[in-house]
Amino acid sequence: MLQVKMPFLPVTPGTQPEYLHAPYVSSILRSPRQPLIVVPQTLSEWSGPVFGHGAIATFDNDLTRQHTGEPLGERIIVHGRVLDENDRPVAGALVEVWQANSAGRYMHKVDQHAAPLDPNFSGAGRFLTDDEGYYRFTSIRPGAYPWSNHPNAWRPAHIHFSLFGAGLLTRLVTQMYFPGDPLLPYDPIYNCISDEQSKRRMISSFDLEATVPDTALAFKYDIVLRGRNATPMEDHK
Amino acid sequence: MSYPATASQTVGPYFRIGLSYLESSALCSEAAPGTHIAVSGQIFDADGAPVTDAQLELWQADDQGRFAGYDPTESGIVSDGFTGFARIPVDERGMFKFNTVYPGSVSMLDGRSQAPHIVLMLSMRGILKHLYTRIYFAADPLNGDDPVLSTVPAERRKTLYAELLPGSTNDYLWNVRLQGTDETVFFQY
Repeated sequence: MLQVKMPFLPVTPGTQPEYLHAPYVSSILRSPRQPLIVVPQTLSEWSGPVFGHGAIATFDNDLTRQHTGEPLGERIIVHGRVLDENDRPVAGALVEVWQANSAGRYMHKVDQHAAPLDPNFSGAGRFLTDDEGYYRFTSIRPGAYPWSNHPNAWRPAHIHFSLFGAGLLTRLVTQMYFPGDPLLPYDPIYNCISDEQSKRRMISSFDLEATVPDTALAFKYDIVLRGRNATPMEDHK
Repeated sequence: MSYPATASQTVGPYFRIGLSYLESSALCSEAAPGTHIAVSGQIFDADGAPVTDAQLELWQADDQGRFAGYDPTESGIVSDGFTGFARIPVDERGMFKFNTVYPGSVSMLDGRSQAPHIVLMLSMRGILKHLYTRIYFAADPLNGDDPVLSTVPAERRKTLYAELLPGSTNDYLWNVRLQGTDETVFFQY
């Protein structure tokens, strides 16, 4: 039997972080120092969990309607497409998001920032991309917040994204930033990417067309997952 | 116009806000066929301190070497009660434990057999891009011919082996050392 498999494309140099990035202090004690071992891709990594509508009990794409009251802050819409490296839409991708509230405080026991919690904002959502790879959710613009990485360190406003595409090798966790944020040049996490264009692609763009009059500003954020090579590997059995 | 994949960023310390809803402690139900096992362990940083804010995502084949949801012409329909996936946080001591069945062997494209293994994606604060590794089982007769293990220098392979706990027949121990002596082997694909 002839089987044809497309291997996943190699990672483009400079477009992904290194494990040791000393300006991000937590990476110093946690990054492996031995070189990663390059191993063959197998069915074990080409495959991966599939999260259809039956697999997850509650999808939720409106973070402003999870409680009885309205959360404080500036309501936003975040939308975009999930594509692969060949510019093809990734349909049915599981997208999970989490974020701080408008005051820059997470609903998490470890976060001790002296900014108020919002009883009407938990800051978590999840949804699937549609057949065109499109997603859209409603939320509150997150606030910046201080952290202990270095003196007077502040994280720029961001929303965490976690994505499962087709196969384990497409797994991606990233952060979406906001255009014009003055904290970006000082943030060691944002600046861990050496390729300037790849870094800037983590910044969403303001989208007046998708902005809902009298309701919410819109930000557009397209995400690219690792893609497969166009050249098949052939296997004769 | 096509672009390279979006850059990875750390999950940070607060990932459970968005990710905990999918946590479980098992990759299959108790009814799934196969030899039921438990794997436990702990994650350590360069100072030997436990990492208390990490998350494991595990993926494996069922007892017959089949993956859930994957093209059935390739790997068949998996056993009842088997999903092969779990998302597991570590506790405040950096410890984790999960239940599963001993995985079957999965073939390579060229027909060679892989030794039973569980693929792990490891995320935590301080790690900007999840780490890939595999859990193998010490004493499995297929380990010696495994095409992935054979690419790992012999003296480092032991970091990938889960060992049976003394006196047990199905409780395995497998620790992760992010740095230093016996640093766990991590993979690049």
